[in-house]
Amino acid sequence: MPIHEKSLIRPENLVTHDQLVIDGVDVSGHWSTFIETRVVKDYNEDMQDEIAALAGGENIHRCWQCGSCTNACTINAENPDFNPRYWIYLIRMGMESELLRDKDIIWQCVSCNKCTSACPRDVVPEGVMKATAHWLELKGHTEKSSSTIFDEVFSEQVFATGKIEESRTMRRFFSRTGQPLMPSWFVEFMKRLIRYLPVKMLMHMGLATVFTPKTKKWDKARDAIEEYVAEKKAADRKALGLDKLIEQAKQEVNNIAAE
Amino acid sequence: MDNKDKYKKVAYYPGCALEGTAHAYDSSTREVGKALGLELEEVENWNCCGAMEVKNVDTKLQTYLSSRVLSIAANEMKHDVVMAPCNGCYHNLKKAEYDLAEDDASVEVVEKLSTKAGHETYKAGQIETIHALDWIKKAVGEEELEKKIENSLQGLKVANYYGCMYTRPRHIFPEKDQGEGSESIDKPHYMDDLLAVAGAENVEFPLKTACCGGAHTLSDSDMSTKLVLNILQAAEASGAEVIATECPTCHSGLEMHQVRAEKELGIKTNVKIMYFTQLLGVALGMSKRKVSIHENVSDGSKLLKEKGIG
Repeated sequence: MPIHEKSLIRPENLVTHDQLVIDGVDVSGHWSTFIETRVVKDYNEDMQDEIAALAGGENIHRCWQCGSCTNACTINAENPDFNPRYWIYLIRMGMESELLRDKDIIWQCVSCNKCTSACPRDVVPEGVMKATAHWLELKGHTEKSSSTIFDEVFSEQVFATGKIEESRTMRRFFSRTGQPLMPSWFVEFMKRLIRYLPVKMLMHMGLATVFTPKTKKWDKARDAIEEYVAEKKAADRKALGLDKLIEQAKQEVNNIAAE
Repeated sequence: MDNKDKYKKVAYYPGCALEGTAHAYDSSTREVGKALGLELEEVENWNCCGAMEVKNVDTKLQTYLSSRVLSIAANEMKHDVVMAPCNGCYHNLKKAEYDLAEDDASVEVVEKLSTKAGHETYKAGQIETIHALDWIKKAVGEEELEKKIENSLQGLKVANYYGCMYTRPRHIFPEKDQGEGSESIDKPHYMDDLLAVAGAENVEFPLKTACCGGAHTLSDSDMSTKLVLNILQAAEASGAEVIATECPTCHSGLEMHQVRAEKELGIKTNVKIMYFTQLLGVALGMSKRKVSIHENVSDGSKLLKEKGIG
């Protein structure tokens, strides 16, 4: 697959005048085509630090832009706009508005680890993609992606019980993402799957909807994990200054109300 | 080569998938072990390793979850080796091992959580994590395996599919790429070696370590279907009749999106998908039912029958 870098010339920046005469010379139509200059002024100097504070983003500062990640990327081969090297560049430069142009595809990283394996600087680009997608959600730039919802449903069950029971995870996932409880192709798959599973196994899966499978002696581990996750979430909010933002917004609302 | 006896009796970490949709992988692994005279002792009170999901909440928490499994196997059950047939579990145990050896912050979190959870803290180097492929290769080896083949897979064209988590990222697998006898990271061959001994004809398959999109099987189905179709079609173009798998996520991903591609896109592929342990089991003389081939969505019973195998 060829590697496509993003074109710096964007269609919306190409300007053509249908009727234009300059110094008596008629330059109507494509003769007057020019490219509007782009000026970046709104640098977000905190962006790299904020993303580095989230799970997976820790090593972003090590990147020296060799492009091995994009070269190796599974998703880039399917969609040339998916470009980890370029996004890491934007984050390190603080070019937030540029990054936001791609906000709806960053979550699509499939964690195949080809980039992390290829990276000569141990940046862990796969982790950076996850951290960036998470950052976009926390900052309110994107809705929670279906991938994040899956992570949450899955993690909640692991923390609570120590184990995963797949059919329960899938059902919760479909319901939380507002999809029909089972898309038709999935029903077909499940039908074929359970056709020959032993009865004991089906009982196990069926019963799991009533009695969740649990790791024995898990209670203490669960408490420790829940405490840790709460601390971690508070730390993430602090790193991104979310509480401060909310406080500011409240203040402004109060001020307006007072007036 | 390591001492074979070390691998004859190992701790067994099936993981959540093998208790659920990958029931066939669990039963065929156990059966193959039995037939080869190997002993598996299931890790007591094991928990989920964190799979692909928990690390996105917190990387160190994932390390803790895996370290608990390692700690029980090493400290409570006194094993030297733990075997995980699931690529995801195998990868996470390896990752935990690496992080605990290299990263002090991870060690700190694991110590804190282990103490609170009331079990011994796992320390790097206490136990060796291996995959089911390593297990058969190291405990039995090709020579010994060849003597036990009763029902050759002769004439069966197989594409061996290893997926992502078995070899990537390379730094967490220090034992790979260590010269003769060790597994290769870029061109893994352990499954090829074992199935060749079982008589199968391994085809040249370029997508051995391609990604099936397993992490987003449900959350980004369109992309997963594309990635799976790449694999299925490449396997067929290579002349394969069967794709042999060694990971429950890959296996169910391939099966699920084979159905989805047929239903939603009208693209039908005929290649069958089987766990390598199922193929080995048949070669060792077991019935197809014993290794649960009928439980696969992409049911290969008919193909094997046509080929006169089993």
